[in-house]
Amino acid sequence: MTEQTNELVKIEEDKEQMSIVIVGHVDHGKSTVIGRLLADTGSLPDGKLEAVRRNCELNSKPFEYAFLLDALKNEQAQGITIDTARCFFQSDLRHYIIIDAPGHIEFLKNMVTGAARAQAALLVIDAKEGIRENSKRHGYLISMLGIKDVVVLVNKLDLVDYSEKVFNDIKEEFTGFLKKLNVTPINFIPISAREGENIANHSSEMKWYKGPNVLKQLDLFEVVNDKGDQPFRLPVQDIYKFTQQNDDRRIVAGTVVSGKIDVGDEVTFYPSGKKSTISKIEMFNTPEKTTATVGEVCGYSLSTQIYTKAGEMMVKSSEEPPKVSNRFRVNIFWVGKAPMIKGKNYKLKLHATSSPVKLVDILNVLDASDLTSVANKQQVDRHDVAECVFETTKPVAFDLSSDIEGTSRVVIVDNFEIAGGGIIFHDIQEENTTLKQYIENREEAWVKGEISELDRSVVYGHKSKFILITGSDEQGCKSIAVALEKKLFDSKFKAYYLGMSNLLTTMGENRGSVLDQNEQIKWLGELARFFTGSGQIFISAISHLDDFDIENLKVLNSPSDILVVNVGENQLNKYKVDLDLEQISEVDDSVGKIVQLLHDEHILQVEYYL
Amino acid sequence: MDRIEKLEAQSVHILREAYREFKDLVMLWSVGKDSTVLLWLARKAFFGHVPFPLVHIDTHYKIPQMIEYRDNLAAEWKLNMVYGQNKEALKNKQTYPDGNLDRISCCKNLKSEALKHTLSGEWERFRFNHDKGEYDVDTNKEPYTGVIVGVRADEEGSRSKERYFSPRDKENDWDVDDQPPEFWNQYKTDFAPGTHLRIHPLLDWTELNIWEYIQKEDIPIVDLYFDRGEGQRYRSLGCYPCTTPVESTAKNIPEIIEELKSGKFANVAERSGRAQDKEDGGGLETLRRDGYM
Repeated sequence: MTEQTNELVKIEEDKEQMSIVIVGHVDHGKSTVIGRLLADTGSLPDGKLEAVRRNCELNSKPFEYAFLLDALKNEQAQGITIDTARCFFQSDLRHYIIIDAPGHIEFLKNMVTGAARAQAALLVIDAKEGIRENSKRHGYLISMLGIKDVVVLVNKLDLVDYSEKVFNDIKEEFTGFLKKLNVTPINFIPISAREGENIANHSSEMKWYKGPNVLKQLDLFEVVNDKGDQPFRLPVQDIYKFTQQNDDRRIVAGTVVSGKIDVGDEVTFYPSGKKSTISKIEMFNTPEKTTATVGEVCGYSLSTQIYTKAGEMMVKSSEEPPKVSNRFRVNIFWVGKAPMIKGKNYKLKLHATSSPVKLVDILNVLDASDLTSVANKQQVDRHDVAECVFETTKPVAFDLSSDIEGTSRVVIVDNFEIAGGGIIFHDIQEENTTLKQYIENREEAWVKGEISELDRSVVYGHKSKFILITGSDEQGCKSIAVALEKKLFDSKFKAYYLGMSNLLTTMGENRGSVLDQNEQIKWLGELARFFTGSGQIFISAISHLDDFDIENLKVLNSPSDILVVNVGENQLNKYKVDLDLEQISEVDDSVGKIVQLLHDEHILQVEYYL
Repeated sequence: MDRIEKLEAQSVHILREAYREFKDLVMLWSVGKDSTVLLWLARKAFFGHVPFPLVHIDTHYKIPQMIEYRDNLAAEWKLNMVYGQNKEALKNKQTYPDGNLDRISCCKNLKSEALKHTLSGEWERFRFNHDKGEYDVDTNKEPYTGVIVGVRADEEGSRSKERYFSPRDKENDWDVDDQPPEFWNQYKTDFAPGTHLRIHPLLDWTELNIWEYIQKEDIPIVDLYFDRGEGQRYRSLGCYPCTTPVESTAKNIPEIIEELKSGKFANVAERSGRAQDKEDGGGLETLRRDGYM
């Protein structure tokens, strides 16, 4: 087995390419179907078939077409497909990548991996054994993964005397099952992969079947890749600046999921809501473009300098906007070794963004092999399909699977591993988030001493306040925060500056991990609550915050108030800052402005002001 | 979009995912046609720039033109070029050309081991100094956690089972029996400390696709792939003691494409000139489990 498994042969000019996955219950004959397809279309390397036959003779075992695919030693030992293997062959019409997906339940995650790459599916059912649980489970997963073109191959008809009745009974039963999933198979084909019946020829044993054979059926699949009529969606994969290489371009890069965009179109970025206009569309070593459509990976320049970042979704302002929410319902398929547990935090990946996410509710757990629900489960076990409610710490932009599939797809990461994949089918627009609920509970349980907020402000000569300094200028934010603390302290006010690095060391390293930005916000907000509760002026500087970060900090700091100062370029869209120092470069001037504002708002009482 | 454009787009998407998610990202460049296409795709993805180092594992037995070509392109494209080598094995003559090891063990020493310790930063790395035009000892000893590799699924059996983002454990080993799921365009980008990920943007390309793309984009390729009047050329490049040229009169890219499409190589494996494959009964699997590219 030293040569490659197979290779393209007799390639003609620019045929299109299509990926087909073969699924079905273990031992129903998927690998044999592929082996046959390769052999009967002459797609095997010279001598391959003979070598495998010879090998079988030497080992005194009957030759099987499935052996052609079993490239890995340990796989041959077990006699089942462990992983998805890809092989290539072609018909007169197009090139095919055939993905052999394992049918054994242990390897469902590999089956999903194979199927997620496919444009069409062949589902194999053993005529003698009939429909088994993975026949159904795979049918369900194919539907969830968004594969519309499904053909069912009823295999091993030779074992049931090529009986039309057996074929029709399976066809009827399985059509009924798929109907519940809104899947209508294009066709059912009776075959015998071992004998080569109806694979590349027309079976003389089954004259009662008038439809196309498997090879012909593949060519009848239509390559559907034109989603040009849907709204334009570009998840921003990254923003590139190569200033160190003397390149002053600022390029928004990403892959178009749906629709089309032209130079001159106005675009909106979600969730931030910022707007600009496309001024240039480009690719390296390619003439400049005026338009980009589904699947293209161009770069975009904007006519105005706006602050946007990876994970936002760029859409055309004139078209239907995406959903923006931090709660949504997902149909999820769980492959994690550990179950997914209600109330636990995970990492969500959605188009080009990722976010901490909490499983807030399990609405329904489905046994995918018979589509019955298991009520009241508090966890989602491996290979379960569940309808769940997730909540992110900040709103994210997405579409519903019924609108645009590509931007409705999510995966859940548990402890470094992708443990589940699913589609968002419903957005929840309600105010009562976990954070708000938490704050309500926290405040209700908050134990106070005998000193009121007013008592403190009279003695201290100022009200408590959380002064948050943010903006594009990281160093400026810090310098101003430090100088402000000094200024207030020298004026005998109780001010305290907390450097974010202190927070990272104490909260992060104590827990043996690096705090991500969402966790930093959470801890900063909690600390602000303590400091403002003690009557102090609590100052912190954290650059590049967005609208949602500030809203979260505001809520976490409540019932006390927050005062937000912007330094450098204002990167916010909706949140109106209390003071914008965009134009001011001197630290002393900035501090002066902030102190003036504190006076104007009667946070500092005048008799203490020097 | 045609077939080649779709492959290009998919590879670019994967490269950008990798660049966003990995701080210590690196690309392996063997100087062969596949990884040179990969390098070109990086320039596509990043608008003419290559924003991460390129690592070459120098076995010392590479065909000399390969090294010359490598350094020329590194200078011309302003690449952050780094190489690593198993100096110990070469010094102690623990190699196949020295007659002390079989081919597989030699590959393990000069490639897998050199790669493992170069990636981890334990062994010296040498970085191309663009001002002097020569290599200095690299001061960066940080381990690379994302490693972009130009393997293709159609090359041989074990590679047909690879993921686009494929984890390697602390020992650099590949657990082929327990690979992560890949849903749609979502890949495994989270990893435990001490482990790393291999990233495979060329997985769905075939040998023919590679040549078609080289032609389309006019990518400079080392001329060992062409017949220079001796009636033979290299189809796959490696160390000279273990790589033999094939009989072919293809002198340029169109002739290579023609040869692959309809000629005598249509049904012959690309790596048939690579002797180490034949000694590894598992289709390179023994080597690849241990970290071979």
